[in-house]
Amino acid sequence: MKKLINDPKNVVEEMVEGYVNAHPDYIRQLPENNRSLVSVRETKKDKVGILIGGGSGHEPAFMGYVGEGMADGVAVGNIFASPSPQPILEVTKAIDKGAGVVYLYGNYAGDVMNFGMAAEMADMEEDIEVGAALASDDVASAPVDEKEKRRGIAGEFFVYKAAGAAADFGYKLEEVVRIAEKANENTRSMGVGLTPCYLPQTNEPSFLIDEDEMEIGLGHHGEPGIEKGKLETADRVADRLVEDILNDMDLEKGDEVAVLVNGLGSTPKMDLYIIYRRVDQILKEQGIKIYRSYVGNYITSLEMGGCSITLMKLDDELTKTVDHAVDCPMFVQK
Amino acid sequence: MEFTSADLKNYFDEVIEMIEEEKDYLCELDRKLGDGDHGVTMSIGWQAAKEMIDGDLKDEDDCGKISMIVGKTFLNAVGSSVGPLYATGLMRGAKTVKKKTVLNDDDLAEYWLAFVNGVQERGQAKAGDKTMMDTLEPFGEAFQVKFESANEFIPAFDHALGFARKGMESTKEMISQKGRSSRLGERSVGFQDPGATSAYLMLLTFLAYVKNKSAQVS
Repeated sequence: MKKLINDPKNVVEEMVEGYVNAHPDYIRQLPENNRSLVSVRETKKDKVGILIGGGSGHEPAFMGYVGEGMADGVAVGNIFASPSPQPILEVTKAIDKGAGVVYLYGNYAGDVMNFGMAAEMADMEEDIEVGAALASDDVASAPVDEKEKRRGIAGEFFVYKAAGAAADFGYKLEEVVRIAEKANENTRSMGVGLTPCYLPQTNEPSFLIDEDEMEIGLGHHGEPGIEKGKLETADRVADRLVEDILNDMDLEKGDEVAVLVNGLGSTPKMDLYIIYRRVDQILKEQGIKIYRSYVGNYITSLEMGGCSITLMKLDDELTKTVDHAVDCPMFVQK
Repeated sequence: MEFTSADLKNYFDEVIEMIEEEKDYLCELDRKLGDGDHGVTMSIGWQAAKEMIDGDLKDEDDCGKISMIVGKTFLNAVGSSVGPLYATGLMRGAKTVKKKTVLNDDDLAEYWLAFVNGVQERGQAKAGDKTMMDTLEPFGEAFQVKFESANEFIPAFDHALGFARKGMESTKEMISQKGRSSRLGERSVGFQDPGATSAYLMLLTFLAYVKNKSAQVS
């Protein structure tokens, strides 16, 4: 795979350097650790700090969501690998304003261990209260009775949105965690992969798939999905993904949802809007109201081809978080 | 046997070399089960450790400090799930040999058992889950029994390594229960676990090192 990089060993460091230098009005690197980035914007006193993080290769996630209205800081991992506890701890120290810090991350073994170790260190060594909420929205990754095994994919975006807003509203740590968990509880995603991504260091495809095939339920790191088959039309694919989501969540006529159609990296927005068109049709047919929509590349997998569809069921509280204004380098909502 | 702080550093150097040689193989195994980066991740961690061993640790002769710093360095460079797992092993091992510049058979036994227990505690996996514990758990059990009865490090380690190997190979037939690959369910069957493999290779490298050393002495 052709890539515009220098030494594959340095991709993360060089990306972070470019990012920080491109957006000095939003973000800065901590001198203690070059994988620790924090917002430069002033936040209210006593605001709960929001810390996000995960592996690189998912841009604009995760560092693209540090700014006003979402996260206050991010710990940056290697490609598709959780950051280690040290950068997480440094961000925690930098963004704590006395009200504690909430960690938001996807449900992956590595993230659970590293963020868990960092939370222990923050408590023991720094006396900072830490809460955590994990995203586990991927319907394809485990059956509903093993929901605790499900991994987090694009639905993480709604969890950040909800927690970021709650923190801005001045909610206390437990409340921010509760709202983040509620957002996750109400969120479901299903994805389809068309073409693999290539890790810069190996330049090998993350999975093998024929030119005329698609894989339903493929993970964000190329983890195999639930079903491989012939590539179908956008409408048929959207039908399938939405059907699996609706079968997994409790949505009734008259309910309101937020929709995210997320590109995995190399799929054009044209395709994403064609998918969205069908999602909109299906939900209208079912009498489900789309309150707000997001279409674009929100959490990617390098140059992977394909997309995911995410629905978050709304109530008054979650609607308020969805409406909250955000100003980040890679995402603005007025 | 007498195992010095220089030996410990030499052993880590051999692990570093071994990982560079096996990097592609470990990635290949991981592509079947995960995101295909296990070799790369191990290489990133051990290369960072190498810098430390050649730099700050050059004149360090406290085995505890060496192992502790190698563990911490590995963790910071890697993150991932591999980072906390191996780092916890190395750091728990370090605690058992704190302030010791020369290790005897008992020290080495304690070190490796603490290593195994540390990985287990951090990951909460058990044999049968298709993880590095499929190598480490049978290894630890066999080693402990043998070492307690015969009290000789090398034969006990050698004996236990056979169990480690069988454990590693048994992961081919298992359904993954932990980590990203657990989402594969039955489709994880047929492939050897990359973590179980790297854990085995680390033990194998240690045995080769101590055997070679004792051959030179005698």
